[in-house]
Amino acid sequence: MKILVTVKEVEEVEDDFEIDGNAVAETYLNYDLNEWDDYAVEEAVQLGEEHDDVEVVTVTIGPERSDETIRQALAKGADRAIRVWDDALADLTMPDPVTTAKLLSAVVDEEEPDLVLSGVQSDDTAYGATGVALARLIDYQWAAVVNHLEVEPGAETASVHRELEGGVEELTDVDLPAVFTIQSGINEPRYASLRGIRQAQSKPLDVYEPSDLGLSAEDLTSAFELTSLYEPESETETTLFEGDTEEEADQLAGLLNEKGVVEG
Amino acid sequence: MSDVLAVAEHRQGELRDVSGELVTAGQELTDSTGGALHLAIINGAVEEFADDLSLDGVDTIHTVDHGEEFNHDVYLQTLTQLYDELDPEYVVTPHTVNGMDYAPALAAEVDLPLAPDVIDFTNGDGLTVTREQYGGKVETTIDVAGDGAVVTVRPTEWSRTETAGEATVEAVDAGIDDGAVGSTVTGFEAAAMGDIDISEAEFIVSVGRGIEEEENLDLIEDLADALDATFAASRPIVDNGWVEPGRQVGQSGKVVTPDVYIAIGISGAVQHVAGMKTSDTIVAINTDPDAPIFDIADYGIVDDLFDVVPQLIEQFE
Repeated sequence: MKILVTVKEVEEVEDDFEIDGNAVAETYLNYDLNEWDDYAVEEAVQLGEEHDDVEVVTVTIGPERSDETIRQALAKGADRAIRVWDDALADLTMPDPVTTAKLLSAVVDEEEPDLVLSGVQSDDTAYGATGVALARLIDYQWAAVVNHLEVEPGAETASVHRELEGGVEELTDVDLPAVFTIQSGINEPRYASLRGIRQAQSKPLDVYEPSDLGLSAEDLTSAFELTSLYEPESETETTLFEGDTEEEADQLAGLLNEKGVVEG
Repeated sequence: MSDVLAVAEHRQGELRDVSGELVTAGQELTDSTGGALHLAIINGAVEEFADDLSLDGVDTIHTVDHGEEFNHDVYLQTLTQLYDELDPEYVVTPHTVNGMDYAPALAAEVDLPLAPDVIDFTNGDGLTVTREQYGGKVETTIDVAGDGAVVTVRPTEWSRTETAGEATVEAVDAGIDDGAVGSTVTGFEAAAMGDIDISEAEFIVSVGRGIEEEENLDLIEDLADALDATFAASRPIVDNGWVEPGRQVGQSGKVVTPDVYIAIGISGAVQHVAGMKTSDTIVAINTDPDAPIFDIADYGIVDDLFDVVPQLIEQFE
């Protein structure tokens, strides 16, 4: 069984930041493995530990910088990695989710996995759409927001739980091959061991340009154009308790008394 | 004169509130396109739902009865057919767990751009959508190119249309190809919540990622004890297995409406806010003055929780 895991390196913004034009200034950005993808990698690696002959391959669209993030996934147990990048992609500042799915679909055509796992959404743009769009493009079945997955190598269907709103789970059987978008909390992602980190250095990480995958410039145009980025205005007038720590605590204690939730 | 197609949502025999919000959002779009507003109701008690959703601004309701519950293949086939027939400029769907299960597939199928989790839009010389990014720390406006789009709207961002209207109801023979239906819902299950019920609590002390380590949770439990408040947590804390699922506040956990809600080290992601924003008084303690929680907090302390909480405990012990 071959499992392809889509892995995104996400931008994280520091607590205090400044906006430069239509972007958060580069100095306030950090880069990391997308949290949901961490759960997807773990799910794939666990399937590999439970069954023989499972290969876990990760795919990332990103610049050379993201090799560090990709090595994290390899250190946690993925077998090899693919990264797609070229100058045209670097110019594509805000790919829409269907465009990203088209890029990934070219990798699926190449790899022909039995299962594709992707995170429900990414920490930064949070489209929550790429995995399901990908499934349709490659003519695989799918299920979104999966928080329980049972699949056996060679089986024709997988059983999943989809986490609906308000503490209800939908139990669904899905034909294979399929794409599942993995919800946080489905497992406990491991920390990479020192041995894993060492091994990751020698695992294959192949870099493709979109043209290697049969994609043309036309495939790499986004429907999205970012026109502004700003800090949202607060909906509520927040009264801040200020002063030293003791004064802050005093004021909060006063409020709780006033609201009658504590006995003063 | 371009039409708009909106898609209702229901579950286990009940229409979900977001359906009425989609009517409002859809109507906003037809106001600018000058076309008709179509509403698709797929599966479930379609006739009853059509009665309920015959609302002001809805021109035609298309019903498809091919099962009780949501199934993404039935939705995809139906909406592809309606899209081909009606040729709408925009398709509006809810950004819910089920919406996420068919809207991206529809966009890929009919080759439209997808604008997901939209909190506002304007449609003049083309569609411009407003979205959040970086967990709500910033908002963006995005021009969406193309001859139309699938737009998924965030629940509760639009008000619900409640005024009755006079929509024409048409039962559609969608000619569903059962051979192409590759998933089967076998049941529903309540997530394991344990014995705790926080939904009725009047005073809640809730903790988030800012607590950093599992062993630090004692501090917040001590505060809840000292204040005689109910202890709760945000999703990451429950995902880590540090707190039982029954204490989770948010979209996938419990909705709470206490007199006072103290959010400690909680950034205020939309999924969390959905579960607590109707609390009477919201207090946030967070080191990050830009954390989205302060957008809805009535009172706030911008300081380190590890300094403030021990000080508070001392006050009440």
